[in-house]
Parts: sequence; C-alpha cells; structure tokens
Amino acid sequence: MVTVVIPSPLRRFSGGVERVEVEGASLRQVFENLGRHYPELRDRIVYDDDLRPGIAVSIDDEITEDGLLARVRDGSVVHIMPAMGGG
Amino acid sequence: MVATPEKPQYKVIGTRPIRPDGTDKVIGRAEYGIDVRLPGMLYGRIKRSPYAHAIIKRIDASKALALPGVKAVITHDDFPPPGDTAMTMGEGGVSTARFMLEGIMASKKVLYRGQPVAAVCATDHHIAEDALELIEVEYEPLPVVSDVREAMSDAAPVLHENLRTRDMAPLSQTPSDKPTNIASHLRFARGDVQAGFAAADIVVEREFETSMFHQGYIEPHNGTAFWNRDGKLTVWCSTQGSFSVRANLATLLQIPVSQINVIPMEIGGGFGGKLVVYLEPIAAVFSKITGKPVKMMMTRDEVFEATGPTSGTYIRVKMGAKKDGTLTAAEVYLAYEAGAFPGSPVGAGATCALAPYDIENYVIDGYDVVVNKPKTAAYRAPGAPAAEFAVESVVNEIAKQLDIDPIDLRLKNAAKEGTPRPTGQKFGRIGAVEVMQAMKDHPHYKSEIQGPDRGRGVAMGFWGNVGGERSATAAINPDGTIKLVVGNVDIGGTRAAMAMMLAETLGISAEQVHPHVVGTDDIGATGLTGGSSSAFAIGWTMYELGLELRKKLTERAARIWEVPEDQVTYGDDGVIRGPADAEGKPREMSFKEIAGRLARTGGAISAGLTTQKQGAGPAYGGHIVDVEVDRETGKVTILRYTAVQDVGTAIHPSYVEGQIQGGVAQGVGMALTEEYYWGPDGRMQNASFLDYRMPTTLDLPMIDTVLVEVPNPGHPYGVRGVGEVPIVPPMPAIQAAIADAIGVNLYKAPMSPRVVLEALLDKER
Amino acid sequence: MTERIIITATINDEETQFMADMRDSLLDALRERIGLTGTKEGCNNGNCGACAVIMDGRLVNSCCVMAAEVEGSEITTVEGLAEADGLTPLQEAFLEEAALQCGICTPGFLVASKALLDVNPHPSEHEIRFWLAGNLCRCTGYDKIIRAVQKAAAQRGA
Repeated sequence: MVTVVIPSPLRRFSGGVERVEVEGASLRQVFENLGRHYPELRDRIVYDDDLRPGIAVSIDDEITEDGLLARVRDGSVVHIMPAMGGG
Repeated sequence: MVATPEKPQYKVIGTRPIRPDGTDKVIGRAEYGIDVRLPGMLYGRIKRSPYAHAIIKRIDASKALALPGVKAVITHDDFPPPGDTAMTMGEGGVSTARFMLEGIMASKKVLYRGQPVAAVCATDHHIAEDALELIEVEYEPLPVVSDVREAMSDAAPVLHENLRTRDMAPLSQTPSDKPTNIASHLRFARGDVQAGFAAADIVVEREFETSMFHQGYIEPHNGTAFWNRDGKLTVWCSTQGSFSVRANLATLLQIPVSQINVIPMEIGGGFGGKLVVYLEPIAAVFSKITGKPVKMMMTRDEVFEATGPTSGTYIRVKMGAKKDGTLTAAEVYLAYEAGAFPGSPVGAGATCALAPYDIENYVIDGYDVVVNKPKTAAYRAPGAPAAEFAVESVVNEIAKQLDIDPIDLRLKNAAKEGTPRPTGQKFGRIGAVEVMQAMKDHPHYKSEIQGPDRGRGVAMGFWGNVGGERSATAAINPDGTIKLVVGNVDIGGTRAAMAMMLAETLGISAEQVHPHVVGTDDIGATGLTGGSSSAFAIGWTMYELGLELRKKLTERAARIWEVPEDQVTYGDDGVIRGPADAEGKPREMSFKEIAGRLARTGGAISAGLTTQKQGAGPAYGGHIVDVEVDRETGKVTILRYTAVQDVGTAIHPSYVEGQIQGGVAQGVGMALTEEYYWGPDGRMQNASFLDYRMPTTLDLPMIDTVLVEVPNPGHPYGVRGVGEVPIVPPMPAIQAAIADAIGVNLYKAPMSPRVVLEALLDKER
Repeated sequence: MTERIIITATINDEETQFMADMRDSLLDALRERIGLTGTKEGCNNGNCGACAVIMDGRLVNSCCVMAAEVEGSEITTVEGLAEADGLTPLQEAFLEEAALQCGICTPGFLVASKALLDVNPHPSEHEIRFWLAGNLCRCTGYDKIIRAVQKAAAQRGA
C-alpha cells in the first residue's frame, strides 16, 4: 500500500481525510486508485494523463522528475504540492 | 572555506581557471541580444497604455502608417486567437496562452500602465519612435486598485470578470460564482497551532510590507526575429531559457516548434526576469508581415513599467516561544501582488518562510492577488526575501525579548536532516546548523561594535533549489581537447563550471574543455537557467557524459593494445592503463595521447545525452551586517558585511563568491533604497535608474563570503544551487542591525531614509 | 527620411568617417552606424555607465553626447583598450579577479577604470568606489571589480 498525503487545501475533496492508503506501482496507478474514492481530488492532481501544470509530487521525500510514470513501492509516502522553480 | 568531513578531494573542482567567456567580454566582442545586426533590419517599438486600468475604445494607426519609413503597425488582432492552453512559466508558475498574450498585446482592456496596445516597425529607430506618437488610442479609464489589501476587499474594482479563487494549483478550477482579485489560496499546516501558542511564554506578532522590486539587469529586454519565406522562424534574444521561448512562440503564433529556432545570445543579466517573452512574438509577427528581420529593444522605463518585477507584499507573522528559546508555534499570512495576471511567487514564499527551523506547530496561508501593476515574474529566490524578512525579523525580536543570542536561538530550533518541510517531504542532508555555527565562529561576529548609532544584525535565508532537463554533446578533438556543446544559457559562470566538472570526470584540465552554448536547432531539449539549477543539472550531465567517454576510450585503448577490455582501466588522473607489454613495461596512455590516435584506430569519439535528475539540494545562508544610522537624514550606511552559505561544493570558488556577493547587493537594495513608488493613478513615478536606486559602488563595502561545504548527496559532485539563497537574508539582517543601532524596529522595506526618519519621529512623540 | 550628416572623428586611434542621423547620440552612432557594439546601452539617460567612453581625455556617457558633437574628437571605446598582442593589465585583472559575470556592464567599467588610472594611478579603495559610482553592476556586488582595479593599479606601479 502507498500513503498519499492530501494537502489541506485539497482536503475538501477527500472528505477532510489527510492520509489515504491506496494500491499502485506507479503514480499513475496510485492517483487512478485515489480517484475511485475521490474523483474530484484526482482531477485536481491529474490532467490529460499528466500531472497538472503547477503541481509537483514527492515520493519518499524526493520530488519526482518522472511525472505519472514515477515508480512507487509498498510503503511509499506521496506528497502533493505546488511546483516551485526559481529565478 | 569550511568543508565538512564528507567532502572528497578533487583536482579540478575547487580551482579557479579563467572563464571561457571572459576574454570576449573584456574586449567588447561578446555578442548580446542588443548587438544583433542583420542586413535590411527593421526596428520595432511598442505603444503602451498611459493608464493602469482602462477599456480600449479605439486604435487608429492611419497617421503612423502614412509616415515615410513605417512598414507596419500591429495590435492584438494580428495574433491568432489564444486558447486556454496551460503554459509553464519556468518558475513553477503557470499561465494560460490568453493571459500571456494579453501581457504581450492587450485586447479590450489594459490592466497596468505600460501594457502594450499596439506596435510599429520602421526602417530606423528614430522613425519608429516618431510613429508611436502618431498611433491614436482612445481609452475609457476605470478605477485603479494597486494595493494588495485593497484588491482583496469585496469593494475593490475587479480586474478579471472570470477570475475565481483556485486552491493550490493555479489551474484547478474551484467552482464559485463570485468575481474576485484573489487568484489562488494555498495553505501549509503542521501540528496544533493553538496548543503551540498556549505552550509559549512569549508571543510576538508583527505586520510587514515590502515594495515591488525589479531585477535590474543592465541589459534591457530585446529580441530579433526573421520569419523566412520557407516558414522558418529564427529568433535571437536575451533569455534564460531558449526552449521555453520556443514553446511560448509556438503556442502564441500557433506554429510547430520545429519551425522555430531560438538562438540565445549572451545574456546581460536576468535574475529570473528573463524567463518571460515580451518582444519576440511581436518581432516575429512583424517579420512575417514585412519579410525582413525585425529587432526590438526596450527602453529602461519600459523595463521598469512593463516587465516582471517581484511582488509587493503584505505579510503578518505571529510566533510563540518558550523562555529557553524553543519556538512553539507560528502563523504566517502572506498576501502577494501577482500584478495584472495571476501568478505571484507566493507558493515559494510560503515554503521558504519557516524553512530554517523545525517548528512543531504552524499554519502558513498564501494569497495570490491581481492588482493594476505589471505582471510579476521570477526574481532570484522568488517570494522568499519578503517572507523571510518578516519571519526572521520576528525571530530576532524574540531573541531580544528573551535575551538569547540570536544565533544560539536559531541553533536551538534549526532544521536538520529529517525535519518535515511545509510541503510534506522531509529534508535530506542540509547545512543549516553548519551555517549558523560558521556565523558564530566568524571574527566579524566576535568583534566589538564601536561608536554611536551603530548596530549589528543577523538573519538566515533559504532556497529549495531545483534541477531540470539538460542536453550536451562532447566531441574529442585530435589535439586532446573537447568540444562541448550545450543548450543551457550561461548566466552565472555555467560554462566554466561545466567545463570543470567534465574535466574532473575525465581527469583532464578545465582548459582542455571548450564549451559552447547553442540554439534550439542545434542541441537536445534543455530546461531553464533558473532556480539555481544549472550547476546541479548540467553537473549530472557532465558526469554521465564523462563516464560515457571513459568507457569508449577504455574500449579503444584495449583495441589499440590488443588486450582484453577488463584489463584496461581509466584512471581519475586521466591516464588509461593496461597490462604490462612483452618487455614488462606498463602500458599507459594519457587522454591527450589517445585523442591523437582515435582517427586511425576506428574513428573519432563523441557522446551526447540528455539528463533529468532528482536530488537538487536545498541550501541555507546566514548573514552578519553592521550598520550606522544617520539620525539627521535617516540614511543607513553598511559598515561591514559577511555572508556565510552552504554551497554544497564550490566548483569554481570565485564564481560562487561572486554569486553570493551579487545576491547580497540586490538584497541590500531591497532593504534600503530600491522601491516602486506609485502614484494614486497606478503610475510608477520613478521609472529610471536615477530614481529607482540600485546600490552603487559607494553604497556597499567589500562583501566577505564564507563558503561552507556540506556536499549534496543527490549529486555526483555534491553541488547545491548557489545563486538565489544570498538575496534572502539581507532585508531582515539589516532590519535587525538598524534596530540594534537606534532601538527602532522597522516593518517596511525598503527601510529608506523616509521610513527610518518617520520611525524615529514616532519614537520621539 | 531624417537629415543625415557626415562626421569625422578619431575612434580608437583610427580616423573614422561616418554618416549619422541628426538625432543620433554618440552611443547610437558607435553601435548602429559604425558597428562598434562593445559599448552597451543600459538606460540611455546617463544613469548606468554601460555606454561609457573616453572622449578627448574625459570619461563620458556616450548616450548623453550627440553624435554631431564629436566632430574632430578623439574617442576610446572598449574595443580600443587591448593591445594588438594581448590584453591590458586592467583587462587581465578583471579576468583573474572574476570581476565580471554577465559582462554587460564590463565595457563601461573597464573604460571608467582606465580613465581613473590615467589620472590617478594609485587610487585608494574609496577613490575607486567614488569614481565608479556612475557605473551600475547588478551581478557582482562590486567587490571583485574594486579588487581588479586595485590589482591593475598595483601592477602599473610595479
């Protein structure tokens, strides 16, 4: 199982739940399964088979560069955040 | 330099070779965007709105078109209708094609003074200027809102009828039926804030305001375009990301990317502000109409009024602490001006605000608010200087109230490996503690301050740093050198740094690597030069490219010697070694020797690849500053400045120091003299270098730097981004120094003579 | 068409004749009419020093001089600093001391520093800072620029 941590602005779409345990070997599968419980939440994160522009995801404390194809393992923790760049 | 034990020994890294672009830059030969000259070139200029908020009723260009030498006038209607395609702006910001095009050329309404409404091109820049006067535009002025708090109120004039507050991701539409100027809201939270404040012995709450600040690059924006008869568009420009210019042009002009070649010229400073396209699409449309190359360049006042400064802000910070200095809770409220369209750096501000500390309980709220000002763009550590000005000033006040040394207080609360970040993930190996310790150990901190109205302040700064995509090809020349071709724009010494990292990998000298930055047609995909990403990202590319070449050279040496490959090794000293020959002599070949033999032993060797790596290392800086305040004039003089920073590994120490010193100078400008001074009509009243006071040689002392090296484990050479961190601490450090000097805390940046005098007068009342 | 005039001046020791628009500044003329693009435009109103040149022995911002004014003058631009066989000690010092980053202000700083050392071969740090206060740099924080000028001055004296 993979733990997805829902950031507070998006908890409206998860009925206030902060942590959701879902199955999946890739971020695509994880968010697909998340969408079974909370379709609106998935639509905030995923758009057109890609992470929404402006969204970044960390897997086990490392922001991924692989988008929805990023691999996750059993026990992984996934955080969703605004994408950051710089000057 | 303060190196931690985990730093390995290097041969090339840490030395100080002369930068490859140096000679051209000191003899005036380096070619910048403003230097592009093509046969038959036309000159374009932009007609800009004198109003900060108005409806465009009518545009009449007939008189301008009648002027001899004028070749074309264009407006919004000369661009294909934009869609709502999401476009990444490079700093994590997202816009839509519609908003982007409005910033390039307004359609029905102008939202800031200086917004383009039309453009003209002519055979000479004087004629183009004359023609501007002849373009008639009729406006219906609308009420102006230029203060972020006013813009958030229900009574404020609305800039965009269709704007609704979105949560977290700029493009995740939240249904709501009320037009608003609040484009988005984000929140980061940890623990139980009420319990945290309940556990505190003291609570300090303060409000802060910061002005809009401009990047102030000395080279104005420019762009030259040639739209050839075969449909191929070539653009020469001053940009931090040629591939992003290409993508933006393709979207705005609705042509395939393969039809566009963007050639990044030497860039005369960017600091984040040259991630946006303003002129290139207009020059392209002109070139399509006229069949000639068209060059455009902004004047300095256009740069101030109509490019992308950083947000003016209103910030509230409340922090609680125990008597022993433990920070128990924090509430941070950030309201950032986005300018005319959504997309301030409030998200980054929010993630950086408390980053130096491990605080159990906090809530950080960030609001992105549109106002009648130019659309903000990235500016060096976007969003962080304002947020940390507020937080660090409060931390300094807490230290004062508790009578604890401000560095000791920070050490007690320092973020460490494993500390959770506001975005949820935990920090890896970071150097906050090492930086604080190096500050404490520094002779500057131990020295006595002597004289009246003098004081000392310290502050921390943080930036997350990013990576990104990089492409490179390396070809070995027969003389033992390497032709290295990349796509990433060199803005802070990247060519030197990457030559050194490739040299280190191959065991050769930096001078043997000859780097070239080329256009989008000549290299694989490459991300932006921004977010302090370049040395990190291109360092990975160099490392992997170097390993690839080592492998190929090892294979070739085995072939030359006719021995099994597994008996040949490539040494870190650049010498390839094989088993002893028949006479018992060890077989050895230097890089240079084998380079000379490649042609006749199977052909030349080259390698090319694209990398996109995780593992960018966040970085901390800590500054110590002494000031003297003139009570008569309110002028603050900087007496001494020391900037300590965890740089991971200093690839080229001089250029790392230079980055830090430059960041300090910009931060000092924010702290003391730079300001967008607005009239009630939303007009910037000081749009020149004379009145927008950037620090000069006389405003700064020598800037001491201490390079702390806590290697980033996510990088083969331990690189952390360097460029952005140093702009973050100056505002709060100087705030604390002024407070120490005259006993007055200031909550407005810049802390200009006016602000200092007002505070002193208030104190006397 | 606007009115054009023919101007003769000595530029970097070469007698040069060029055609200019009546409204051209010296900066316009150098960059647009003659093709000496080493002199940079940063503000076009005399506040940044990127366009500094030496005219008849005086340091001037070429954006604030009309092209028509330079008839018969002697002008040195950044292109005229280096010797045929190599760089000057000042240019070398800028490279060695890492006194440049983006390089856009560098021509102006070099010209201004040369003008300083011509009149004051051994300036103090404060004199250097005072003299160069008309040149803006946004990359370096000036520290390394000042050190480069100090180094060049020391070498000149050697």
